[in-house]
Amino acid sequence: MELLSELIFYCFVVLTIGSAVVVVFHPRVMYSAFALLFTFFGVGVLYLYLAADFLAASQLLIYVGGILILIIFGVFLTSSIMSLEILQETHQRFIALIPIALGGIVLLSVILSTPWTTTATTEAVPTTKLLGRLLLTRYLVPFELASLLLLAALVGAMRLARYFRTEE
Amino acid sequence: MNLFHQIPLEIRWVVYVVAMIVFVSLFALFAIWLERKVAAWAQDRMGPMETGGFHGWSQTIADMIKLLLKEDIIPDAADRGLFKLAPYIVFTSSFAAFAVLPFAANLIGSDLNIGIYYIVAVSSLVVISIIMAGWASNNKWSLYGGMRAASQMISYEIPVALSLLVPILLVGSLSMQDLVKVQAGGFWNWTIFGNALGRGSILQLPFTIVAFIIYFWASLAEVNRVPFDLPEGESEIIGFHVEYSAMRFGMFFFAEFANMFLVSGVAVALFLGGWHAPFPFLEVSAETSLIWCNVIGTFWFIGKALILVFIQMWLRWTLPRLRVDQLMHVCWKVFLPFSFANVLIVSLLVVIS
Repeated sequence: MELLSELIFYCFVVLTIGSAVVVVFHPRVMYSAFALLFTFFGVGVLYLYLAADFLAASQLLIYVGGILILIIFGVFLTSSIMSLEILQETHQRFIALIPIALGGIVLLSVILSTPWTTTATTEAVPTTKLLGRLLLTRYLVPFELASLLLLAALVGAMRLARYFRTEE
Repeated sequence: MNLFHQIPLEIRWVVYVVAMIVFVSLFALFAIWLERKVAAWAQDRMGPMETGGFHGWSQTIADMIKLLLKEDIIPDAADRGLFKLAPYIVFTSSFAAFAVLPFAANLIGSDLNIGIYYIVAVSSLVVISIIMAGWASNNKWSLYGGMRAASQMISYEIPVALSLLVPILLVGSLSMQDLVKVQAGGFWNWTIFGNALGRGSILQLPFTIVAFIIYFWASLAEVNRVPFDLPEGESEIIGFHVEYSAMRFGMFFFAEFANMFLVSGVAVALFLGGWHAPFPFLEVSAETSLIWCNVIGTFWFIGKALILVFIQMWLRWTLPRLRVDQLMHVCWKVFLPFSFANVLIVSLLVVIS
């Protein structure tokens, strides 16, 4: 039982990291976009291992069902979508190396200085009720601000889309 | 019962998964036959009669063997990897949702505490695989078909989720079994009729009925059935699967029939009492006989779901197809305001009662 769940865990770790590598390095944009599907899915499964079931389902619903489709539609809107060869290219490798190295140093130092502790597997307790209560009490202001921001973005997007139609 | 618990959990999972695959396959075969019969009935003819025994019952088996043996053609210019992958993702995502479908009191793959949310989340994978299929075919028409299908499915996800919120609000749980259990004791306790045992009062009766109607119509669009079958429309519109052949094409329709059962099953579980019988005396309680309780529960669940599947097929041969702009009009200007109002009123009723 324990062994099986560990095995599945490592399978999903490989899936997540492997597809993330494809996202970054694959020359074809569409492949990167579709590989993102597996990255998001894998991250969702990792949430499950942390006993955050609501978060895992939200990850799937929001990232795979929403943001990824948005990204793919965005790629579709670029020119020459009908060719299978929408390639991304790499320019100015040496200049790029500097910020990457700096970022890498920061990341490494954080990884090395963090005291990693392993805790025993937590029993999956329902988190939905707790999350809902927290969102409407302690985190009410950020929650409402976020929804206000999204609403503004929605109205703005509609205005922009309509603007060109009335010009005709 | 003790014997049952002695079997290791892994083996029980495997058995359940295999049983579900068999069930879905048998259901797809049966549904294709039923579709033909309902079509024939609607058009005043007999349907399959000549081949395949009594009323052509075995014709779909022959059809499936044909699909399996046909040559699997992949267009030269297609993107082979994604082209092959897409049908699997479509089927996996619709099959994964079966894990939380409550067939009976004890017959459920996993009674997750986020059950219904999990179904909504997993079904959103279908959209991505349809875009994948449309794009990988490297054909203008299938790409347009895929984008049309994607925009339709994302749009209709919203009224589906909002109308599902109504029973969730009344029960106060996302677990499928919790949602079913409060509907015990006769059809007048079902959520569609106001759910007297859940929170709230008889006042919410009209709103639950509206929620059910919105869910049913919006789920028709989610599974691409008439009058919302623009993504497919086999005979007139070129859809995302135009380049697919043989069993890969079959997988899309396999998934569609699985989805038909799934949305009907969700409607039954949330609105129509799940595995509860319409009258209390038709039920067997778990104390009397555990096995019979589950058998009878499964009977009622599948029976009710099949009635909804039949209505879906009936509608297919009754209604004309909507145009794309009408489709979006119905979703954003009719379903969405009504379901928003519905959620607001029901939550108000829950708060004050």
